[in-house]
Amino acid sequence: MENTLIEFRDVTKCFGDHTVLDRINLKIYENQITTIMGKSGTGKSVLLKLIIGLLSPNAGTILFLGKPINKMKKRQWDRYRNQVSYLFQNNALFDSMTVFDNIALPLRQTTSMNRKKIEKKVMARIEQTELSEAANKYPSELSGGMQKRVALARALVTDPKIVLFDEPTTGQDPIRKNVILSTIAHYRKKFGFTAVLVSHDIPDVFFISDRIILLWERKVAFQGPYEESTKLDHPMAKEFLHSLEGFQDELTGLLSKQAFRARYAMTLNQRQTEETFTAVLFTVEFDLLTETLGPIAAAVVIKALGEYIHTNLGAIGGFSVRHHTGQILAILPYTDFREAQQLVKNLGKGLQKEALSNIQALTQAKIGDGACFQIYVYAGLIETSSNEDIDKIIEKAGATQKIIATHQCDAKGGGI
Amino acid sequence: METRDKLSAVSYTLFFNFLGKLAISLVNNLGAATIFFSKAFLMIFRSKQFPEIIHQVYNIGARSSNIVMLVGLFTGMVLGLQLHYTLVKFGSEGMLGSAISLSLIRELGPVLTAIMITARAGSSMAAEIGILRISEQIDALYTMRIDPVRYLVSPKIAASIISFPLLTAFFDLIGILGGYLTGVVLLGANAGTYFYRIQSSVDIVDIRGGFIKSFVFAIIVSTICCYQGYFTHMRSDSSGAKSVGLSTTSAVVHSCVMILIADYVVTSFLM
Repeated sequence: MENTLIEFRDVTKCFGDHTVLDRINLKIYENQITTIMGKSGTGKSVLLKLIIGLLSPNAGTILFLGKPINKMKKRQWDRYRNQVSYLFQNNALFDSMTVFDNIALPLRQTTSMNRKKIEKKVMARIEQTELSEAANKYPSELSGGMQKRVALARALVTDPKIVLFDEPTTGQDPIRKNVILSTIAHYRKKFGFTAVLVSHDIPDVFFISDRIILLWERKVAFQGPYEESTKLDHPMAKEFLHSLEGFQDELTGLLSKQAFRARYAMTLNQRQTEETFTAVLFTVEFDLLTETLGPIAAAVVIKALGEYIHTNLGAIGGFSVRHHTGQILAILPYTDFREAQQLVKNLGKGLQKEALSNIQALTQAKIGDGACFQIYVYAGLIETSSNEDIDKIIEKAGATQKIIATHQCDAKGGGI
Repeated sequence: METRDKLSAVSYTLFFNFLGKLAISLVNNLGAATIFFSKAFLMIFRSKQFPEIIHQVYNIGARSSNIVMLVGLFTGMVLGLQLHYTLVKFGSEGMLGSAISLSLIRELGPVLTAIMITARAGSSMAAEIGILRISEQIDALYTMRIDPVRYLVSPKIAASIISFPLLTAFFDLIGILGGYLTGVVLLGANAGTYFYRIQSSVDIVDIRGGFIKSFVFAIIVSTICCYQGYFTHMRSDSSGAKSVGLSTTSAVVHSCVMILIADYVVTSFLM
């Protein structure tokens, strides 16, 4: 059952004469990832700052587990604040401190833990965020992505119940954007916190979000699951969401969801209702890949898979979309089922030979002796007709999936 | 004639309007700075402050000692030259030790030390806190449940209260030696008389007065510099890096002016 953690009731926030949020009502549920979206200046960051208490509302109430935070006693307020952590858009790391000191700061200043315990906890977070080599470096010596990970480690070191992420992927390339969002989703599961993030990275952000909150002209225009937001009949959906999504998926180069749906509808219009065609659902799964090669490896493999499918299936008139982080749906309108089966079989062989067999070169990572990881690529084919809904196609194709390519336990990069 | 009267009335209104705004802003800032100082001062006595206070004593005190002593040496040397020249005219060069030591201990030591620390450490306090403010690092402290005033301001105020009197003592001592160099070594005044006069004329009241002044200056300088840096983002005349620059300038200028005003006020109470 969904448990309301934070609730905004008629909250208004003004800066001088300028009203940023006007009597907004929203709910954030426990153990979910809630993404706040909206145009620049619509009060997304203000909303996060209201939650953590950096700003106070001019009117209305913010409730935490049903208690108004402005009426909390000092001890209750401290306890609440102890459970909330904030990751700033520009990371807000202390330039004069090393990575270790930055992460240790909240523990040193707000807890009574001894030095050994702090060191142990900080080193654990440093290892989890793959910053071991940077522990004694200063933030200015790190790349933007690493700085973001330091900020993430600092935000998580106190084991918060709620983590607020203010545009965590700003300024990152498509692979790193995917990595950061996957890391947030991964950590959310691992540490069990509630995440509220401001992000515009469509489609990746939708893959990890349980709920979307859309801000439009000082109000909440929509709140709910992503699937519902796509059916939204609101000027914002056309003006804002579709413009963000663009034509192509930044990571894989495949069609965006909107473009895919448009192409699907257009293709179906040209065909007779009884004509059939083939749909293929590819899923890539990893085991120990992130642990062995780092978080970028997974994104690089998905990118390579997307490009490979795009090149090979595009040549015969097929078109594809990333349905989930590691899931690609391809429609082959001019290929019958038997042909498609042979095609996918050959594709699997090629994929194993070319794309997966050279993981080391793809990820540009050094693989240590004895390192072991597995990658499985599944494909499910179905014959479908033009009156079939995309969600139904995905469900049916998912049920028929079989392994078509693998890469197992080879430290030197060769597939077995 | 009527037009001239109207113009004159308008200019009077504008003048008093400006004066009123200035007075309100001054009172507001004074009130805010007093609350800021009170909060920071009380937080000095919280736990986990000691290491940071020691670190700040090194930053504000130890690292300013060279420049303070250099200025002290040359101030004493100039005093030796000037006072020797003046006292010879009255045939009382034997009073050189008294004149130099009393000038330094009662007046020049605390004031010049405070001004030198303002230039070296005060400006750095304002700039450091200002940069932390504009880069959201102060907000980050708040989100980590670390009180920014306790973590950033209190240790600086405590370290200033410790460092100012110590550096003033160094300044006085080196200044007296500087006076000895010019008055005795260079111009030939009697060394025994020089030190005897210092011993006989300098009273504990003079030393206490000097230390009271340096204590007051420590509070003024650290509060103004930290206050200017902490509220950099509230400046209406600029934003970003420019506001840090202006806050640093304001911190130094306001501190120097307030040192001289406070010097007069404290002196009049001590007399």
